[in-house]
Amino acid sequence: MSNILKALEAKPNEKIPQLSSGDTVSVHVKIKEGDRERIQEFKGIVIRLRKGGNDSCFTVRRMASNGVGVERTFLLRSPRIDKVVVERHGKVRRAQLYFMRERTGKSARLKQKFD
Amino acid sequence: MLKGLIGKKIGMTQIFDEQGVAYPVTIIEAGPCYVTQVRTTEKEGYSAVQLGFAEVHPKRLTGGQLGHLKVKEIPALRYLREFRAKEHGLNVGDKVTVDTAFTLGERVDVMGVSKGKGFAGVIKRHHFNGMNATHGTSDRERAPGSNGSGTTPGRVYKGARRAGHMGVDRVTTQNLKIVMLDVERNLLGINGAVPGPKGGLILIKESRKQ
Repeated sequence: MSNILKALEAKPNEKIPQLSSGDTVSVHVKIKEGDRERIQEFKGIVIRLRKGGNDSCFTVRRMASNGVGVERTFLLRSPRIDKVVVERHGKVRRAQLYFMRERTGKSARLKQKFD
Repeated sequence: MLKGLIGKKIGMTQIFDEQGVAYPVTIIEAGPCYVTQVRTTEKEGYSAVQLGFAEVHPKRLTGGQLGHLKVKEIPALRYLREFRAKEHGLNVGDKVTVDTAFTLGERVDVMGVSKGKGFAGVIKRHHFNGMNATHGTSDRERAPGSNGSGTTPGRVYKGARRAGHMGVDRVTTQNLKIVMLDVERNLLGINGAVPGPKGGLILIKESRKQ
């Protein structure tokens, strides 16, 4: 990336801690409805992290009702993110956890990693 | 004031506005440009301003080019381009920068030379649909099909869309919004994509659709 583009990067959102794949996180997003602002929580497992300045993002997967998986991608530097809470570190061997998409129920769990 | 600038495409990125909405933005290093010539209705038959961009070592230019710039002690400039303008109030030697030419939120047309695609087939070049991938098709999936009728007219009409060289054309993208303006570093942020490769020469003009 050119130096000029680097210089234009937004500051990292300080309320987002260091994330890694397999973490169970709850993401608090600011949502605007008319002129009212409220905070929505999205809780799930981080299945992907992408790095690249302003384009950095992470994808969170959660199981909704009826065993339907919901994935949501957040921009890491977005000011819309109120805060991210890491609740649990999962023990995983790869960076992209796409295999979680085929898993439901008991097999969709990850072992906890204690550090 | 003249609404026009010459620039160099830096690349694309995302920026956030106050609401936190992310916009795709092309960053252009635009100006500073110098007025190298003013064309008038009396003398040339039309009104326009010639701008110069990108300072280079004087050795890089030919004697004729240097002589053209020498009149008002303008630095040696690599590129010269003309912009039509009726009332601009500019004189030779004046400096045109990002803030004098444009304002934040303004709509502009952006011109560049598109990336070369080489010898391209009809699907890429003219958006043909191609043929079936199955049902017995072999080696014809991306073929153009028929070129025309039979004995009447007995020839292919001129202008039929065929495979051929694609890209390296002058392309204009109209009605793009300026979402970032950096006077210090001479940068323009334009919402959306802009024709041409990184480092390509870009012309920015006032939008026609207003």
